[in-house]
This record gives sequence, C-alpha cells and structure tokens, in this order.
Amino acid sequence: MEERVKIAVKDLNLYYKDFQALKDINLDIKANKITALIGPSGCGKSTFLRTLNRMNDLIEGVRVEGTVLLDGQDIYAPDVDVVYLRKRVGMVFQRPNPFPMSVYDNVAYGPRVHGIKNKRLLDEIVERSLRDAALWDEVQDRLFKSALGLSGGQQQRLCIARLLAVEPEVLLMDEPSSALDPISTLKIEELVQVLKKDYTIVIVTHNMQQAARVSDITAYFLNGELVEWGTTDEIFTRPKDQRTEDYITGRFG
Amino acid sequence: MSPRSSFDKALAELQQDILRMASLVEQAIYDAVQSLVKLDVAGAAQVIMGDEMIDELYLEIEDKCVKLIATQQPIARDLRVAITGIKILLSLERMADHAVDIARATMCLSGQPLTVKCLEYIPQMGRLAQQMVKDGLDAYVNGDVQKAKEMCALDDEVDYIFAKVFRELINGMMENPKTVMQSAYLLYVSRYLERIADHATNIGEAVIYLVTGERRELN
Repeated sequence: MEERVKIAVKDLNLYYKDFQALKDINLDIKANKITALIGPSGCGKSTFLRTLNRMNDLIEGVRVEGTVLLDGQDIYAPDVDVVYLRKRVGMVFQRPNPFPMSVYDNVAYGPRVHGIKNKRLLDEIVERSLRDAALWDEVQDRLFKSALGLSGGQQQRLCIARLLAVEPEVLLMDEPSSALDPISTLKIEELVQVLKKDYTIVIVTHNMQQAARVSDITAYFLNGELVEWGTTDEIFTRPKDQRTEDYITGRFG
Repeated sequence: MSPRSSFDKALAELQQDILRMASLVEQAIYDAVQSLVKLDVAGAAQVIMGDEMIDELYLEIEDKCVKLIATQQPIARDLRVAITGIKILLSLERMADHAVDIARATMCLSGQPLTVKCLEYIPQMGRLAQQMVKDGLDAYVNGDVQKAKEMCALDDEVDYIFAKVFRELINGMMENPKTVMQSAYLLYVSRYLERIADHATNIGEAVIYLVTGERRELN
C-alpha cells in the first residue's frame, strides 16, 4: 500500500487518570480512504478517534503519550492551535446535534465564526455544503426554517454539511448512523463513499456490515489494543488474528 | 452459550446435508460403472432415475446456503463455509450428471457383448474417482488440507489412465472398424470418469480455500 498517509499514529498511549485506555497504538490513516474502527464497547475505538483531533483534551485527567502526525506535524505539539486543528479534523457524532436555529444558519455557523460575513459567499458555501452532504434537494425550500424539524437522517446530513462548510481535511465519524433507520443509514453510507474523494474519513461503527460495506481499511480494537488492521477485504474474508475472527463472526465473549 | 449457537447449528446441518448428498453421488458413480461393466440395463436405469433425487437435494441444500448468506450475513470463515458449501454441491451435482451419462452409454451398449480390450481400465478409473470423492469429503469434514492435496494427486493417475485408454481405443478402432461404435461409447465413458475426477479435485481446492482462505489450482 503506497497511498499517502494523512495521519500517522505512533506509539500512542492514553490514560484516564490511572486507567490505560489505549496501549501502544501504531496506525497509519491513509489519505482519501475510509478507515473503520471496530471493536466491542469499551475497547478504546472512540477514545482513539477523539485523539485524532484532541477532543480528549476536554476530559479531565486524560494524559496522552506518543505522537499523532497530521501531514507530518505533531498535533500534540505545544504550539498547536486546537481550534484550527479541529477545523482541519472535524467530527460527526452518534446523535445528530443540529443547533436550534435555521438550516441555513447551522451551515453558515462555522464560516461566520471563521470571519466570513459576505452574504453571497455564505450563500454559496451553504448551498455547496448542503449539496455535498446530499441534502440540498430536500431542504432548499426550507432553508430558513428550524433544523430541528428535519428527520434524524436529514439532521445527521445537516451536521455533515455544517462540518464541510469549514472545509476540513479529515472527517471523524463516531457511529454516525447508529441512531438512524436503515434507509437513512444507507444514505449516510453512500454519502461517505462520495466524500472520500475529497476527504480522509475515519469512522467508528458497531455495525460490522457497515464497516464491511463502506470502509477501505478496518482496524480492530480490543481492551485498548489495536489487535489487527488491514484492508477491509482482507479483514472480512480472512483475518489473521483469531480474536478478530471471533469478533467479526459474532463469537466474541 | 456462544452468541451464535443457532447459526453454528445451521452450519453443522449444512455439512451433514452435503455429506448426505455426497454419499448418494458416490453410490451413483459406483452403480454406473458396475452397470456398464455388467451391461446391466436395469441398474443403469436406476442410476438415471436416482439422479432426480440428487438434483432435488442439490437445490434444497443450495437454497439453505443462500438463506444462510441472506439472513446471517456470514463473514470470514463463516462466509467461506457457505461459499464452499455451494461449490462442493455444484461439483457433486455435476458428478452425478456424469454418472447418468455413463448409465446412458450403458443403455446404448446393451444387447451386444463388449469385445474391446481396455475394458478393465474403466472400473479402475471408477474406483479412483470414487476414492477421490470420498477423500475430498473426508478432507472437508476434518478441514484436512494435507488430505485435500493428496486427493488431488490421484487426479494425475486418472488422467494417465485416461490417456492410455484413449490411445488403446483409437488403435483398436483402426485395427477393427467393427468396434468403432463400442469404442466411441467407452471413450465417452472414460472421459466422463476423468471429468468426475476433475470435479473431485475442485472439492479439494474448495477445502483448501475453506481452511486457509487461499485459492489454489490443483490440477
């Protein structure tokens, strides 16, 4: 695999006070690929995801050792602007969390925070982001109505549009469709496939079939360790580690 | 209890079903060859009629495989079990069809004694082919890669005999044109047996895929 490495994680350890949640993680996140993180609850996959844009900094008592290089730059270096980092490496959460404001304002929120005031430019950004999030057709007539009136699947795509509006490079998705019905789930999966042309995507999922369907690379976590990672084809047809096999075939525990 | 014990039970049942079908196919090969050697028309007719049951069983078991895939979404080894099941079933079904082909040849040959020389090779090929089926299924049940490979080596022996039969029958036809009809049917029969051995080899390859996830061409 010669693809460009977008994020290189080296010897990463993470502690919640005394508890070690991640143990010696080494993983390359490839540019313009979808990397799926799978593993049972409490295995560290979401914690790992949050180390990629320093969301764990917000939790008290967290200590991180090792390096996370984004395009070769250590994101844990003291001079890193965390707000700028999170613009480059954005996140979508399990439950859609639109702001209680209009669809338009949700998407324009980020660009406005980053100083864009020009109305025409904002209109352009909003339309482009909504189109890229495959939501434009469904909301173009109700841009100025509350985002809270959208369906769950639409809200989640709105959150993705909101993220795209600030032109990130990496999208982190923490079980982005676990609260959605099957059709909305498939729409998100389709969307993710399209988005990988322009973005590097890391997705945490409990849905094994989803990992198999959408991702290029799958990483299996267990008890804070990265047990195995490789191409999704490989992991889902002949994993090397028996623990991976047991987990993906549902014979775990 | 394993979280997938009912699925595991279904996979075990699938294996039993395949073995059930394999034993019918093995018997059909044996009966077809025996009826040919004895020019036993009634025996040949039984082989032809028996194929209907094999075909039904084939569809029934294949249907189970398809349902397992559709409803259980097997992956990794589980997926290989289901895929291998379908492959083995297909190979067995083809073998049974060749047993029918042999039985049909017997029907055509009946009514006149067999005079060609190389008749003894036919049961010999039949025994080897049958042995390959048996070994292939043993390898399948036990996940025995070594046995699968050894079984595939028998295929070379079958091919060797086939080449010999071919030569001798052609020579015989040239020497005595009266034997052409008989020889042509026997040429067919030896070809069917050679194909049966090839299908058995496919079972061996399927077993290797099942166990290791690797695809290998063994003949």
